[in-house]
Amino acid sequence: MSQELDTAPASDTDQAKAPRIVVAPSPHLSEGSFTTRRMMLDVLVALSPPVAVSIWVFGWYAVVQLGICVISCLVAEAAFIAWRGRAFTLGDGSAAVTGVILALSLPWSTPWYVGFIASFVAIGIGKVVFGGLGQNLFNPAMVGRAFVMICFPAALGAAAYVLPGSPLSIVTQATPLTALKQGLVESSDVLSLLIGNTNGSLGETSAIACLLGGLYLCLRRTASWEIPAGTILSVAVISGAGYLISGSSFLHPLHHILGGALLFGAFFIATDPVSSPLTVKGKWFFGLGLGAIVMLLRLASGYPEGLMFAVLLMNAVTPLINRFTIPDPVGGPVPQRN
Amino acid sequence: MSASPLSTTGPGTFPRGIHPPEAKELSASGKIEVLPTPKEVKIALLQHTGAPCEAIHKPRTEVEAGAMVGSSEAFVSAPVHSPIAGKTAKTCSVTLPNGRHVPAVPIKATGEQLEGDALFEEIFGGEWPTSGLERYSADEIRTATREAGIVGLGGAAFPTHVKFAVNPEKPIDTLLINGCECEPYLNADNRLMIEAPMPMISGTMLAARAIGAEQMVIAIEDNKPEAIAAARKAAEGSPVRIQPVKTKYPMGGEKQLIPAALGRIVPTGGLPLDVGVVVMNVGTATAVARAILRGKPLTHRVVSVSGRGIVSPKNILAPVGATYQELIDLADGLTPDAARVIAGGPMMGFALGELDTPITKGTSGIVVLTEAEVRERNETNCVRCGHCVDVCPLHLVPTRIALASRARNWDLAKRYHMMACMECGCCSYACPAGIPLVQLIRTGKASAPRA
Repeated sequence: MSQELDTAPASDTDQAKAPRIVVAPSPHLSEGSFTTRRMMLDVLVALSPPVAVSIWVFGWYAVVQLGICVISCLVAEAAFIAWRGRAFTLGDGSAAVTGVILALSLPWSTPWYVGFIASFVAIGIGKVVFGGLGQNLFNPAMVGRAFVMICFPAALGAAAYVLPGSPLSIVTQATPLTALKQGLVESSDVLSLLIGNTNGSLGETSAIACLLGGLYLCLRRTASWEIPAGTILSVAVISGAGYLISGSSFLHPLHHILGGALLFGAFFIATDPVSSPLTVKGKWFFGLGLGAIVMLLRLASGYPEGLMFAVLLMNAVTPLINRFTIPDPVGGPVPQRN
Repeated sequence: MSASPLSTTGPGTFPRGIHPPEAKELSASGKIEVLPTPKEVKIALLQHTGAPCEAIHKPRTEVEAGAMVGSSEAFVSAPVHSPIAGKTAKTCSVTLPNGRHVPAVPIKATGEQLEGDALFEEIFGGEWPTSGLERYSADEIRTATREAGIVGLGGAAFPTHVKFAVNPEKPIDTLLINGCECEPYLNADNRLMIEAPMPMISGTMLAARAIGAEQMVIAIEDNKPEAIAAARKAAEGSPVRIQPVKTKYPMGGEKQLIPAALGRIVPTGGLPLDVGVVVMNVGTATAVARAILRGKPLTHRVVSVSGRGIVSPKNILAPVGATYQELIDLADGLTPDAARVIAGGPMMGFALGELDTPITKGTSGIVVLTEAEVRERNETNCVRCGHCVDVCPLHLVPTRIALASRARNWDLAKRYHMMACMECGCCSYACPAGIPLVQLIRTGKASAPRA
């Protein structure tokens, strides 16, 4: 500011400090503290409980995976942006968020090059080709993960999570949903699903960590609570109904809500504002639909978990949801002039 | 929210909206000061919504304080009067803050003028009856209101006598007096209610007679406890009800205040009279009382001069036609970091480029913001976070309308109800990507083909 005063044209001593008055259209105030960057920082803060649990449970595997994905995402963003000659966008923090979410959605055993490729696909095909942050149709991290899941099925399949005889005892067991699908585990394991000392993708194991971070996001209004609420409600109703009808332990609602990537996905992935609907009604549709597709995939597909595909499917119908949930203004639609 | 057309009371608030820093404390306790009579005033011939006035006098005519100096035959118009005794000069042109160039009558002060406390007493002092008003017929009140040049003092400056015109198909049952002053910084209405509540009550009852309204409600935001107390005291024994409403922007908007205070919803594209309501500002009610009971025209108004860019924020009783510069000078001028001078409030007011402009009847405040407050934000892509949706008091989807307007995609903009927007600016205030949403929507409303 002082610089501006120094370079101001010299004039009468009385006028030297005359303020510079600028005109602009109203409103003249803005909520300066609330920016896109702050939203991304909020997500990183909210991701810290799952990150901490993943490091506690998987140790160096988690640290290395996070490092690979975050650095690859940042490099990919910088490279693609430079290539397209666009303004520098690393500062908005969205690439780092994609990196952390991607890392936390991978198994501990994922080879380094898989994380690297997933990151480049996430940023390049998931985001930059659409025109960068805000323009993408799909959640970038899920685009990257889906790509490597199809290219490297062995590295991300159910078997990738398990290594018999490993010194890390947790990874000697199957993931809870796989075990459930095979009818191996009794419902007494809810406690470990809550705490997170169980096998699974890096960030999804602890329900408490996901709830903690998720509630923070909702309280900060960075995430819309309607989406996780809709997802959880839908999963609870479908699995609950199935449990009551069939009595199968595979359908116990607590396992479906607390196990697998459901809470992690509902709070951190589905709430990505860019790829989810705008209005309250639309967000409920999105959440309820997401939960329903997760249950459909878990019960009817070959995969033990269905969150990633469910998110991508709901992303694809988000423009339609937006179109069908245009709210009526207070006082009704604008009357047509004749 | 109940939407019954016969509802008489509301929940005291409306869904959504924003809470910008109120910043009322800068000038809330500043007793109204009287601007010394300027050497010259410039009376703009179009200060209201409607047809402009023609100058009545030839140049160099001596006029008394309160003499009519401009009038029009048109129904939607309001005459203008000289606030001072003086001599007219040749009609000149002034540029009002809204960008309109309008003719104005300059009047040079001559002879004895009423000044200071005596002027305040003349305008607000004395007895203001709340009984025996039956002797004024509705027609008399309407005519006197027009003759006195009264327009809405909240900012839009719509001629008040037009609101008083009775439409037999749409009977009015409620007069709602708007004492919200929901714009940050402003305290003109607040101080008026604290220091001169009696003429407001008389004026409310007179206006209600003119429109045949049985229910009279004065709605005041709950961040003005002093004004609520003063109004309650003044309204004792009268049929006027004082209703506190929640402090929230834009509570002072008709389409927010009517649901909040009365529980009725104005249809999109309609007017308050569609739900049996007429809304008037507290300053307007005061002016009506003065016109009917004292026979005096609207020549002065209270203006809040506030903001962090003003050295000594205060509330000033000023003659219409004094310049912004004169009012700012009485408040000890601008600070070195002043960056924007606004006619009205910071959410919907107009930025001024030239301070040597006369104030008009609709000038509710002069707010000066500092560089830190108006620092321009870099616009980034919309991340569809929906915060604009969460704050829009009309339940629109501002980002969709704004981006459609930018792309000149009028079909899309209309599918999202662009024309329902009232341009309150909540969306731009809340947008984390710094997108000028309401500005784009405003442009769209003006550019879209009408069909």
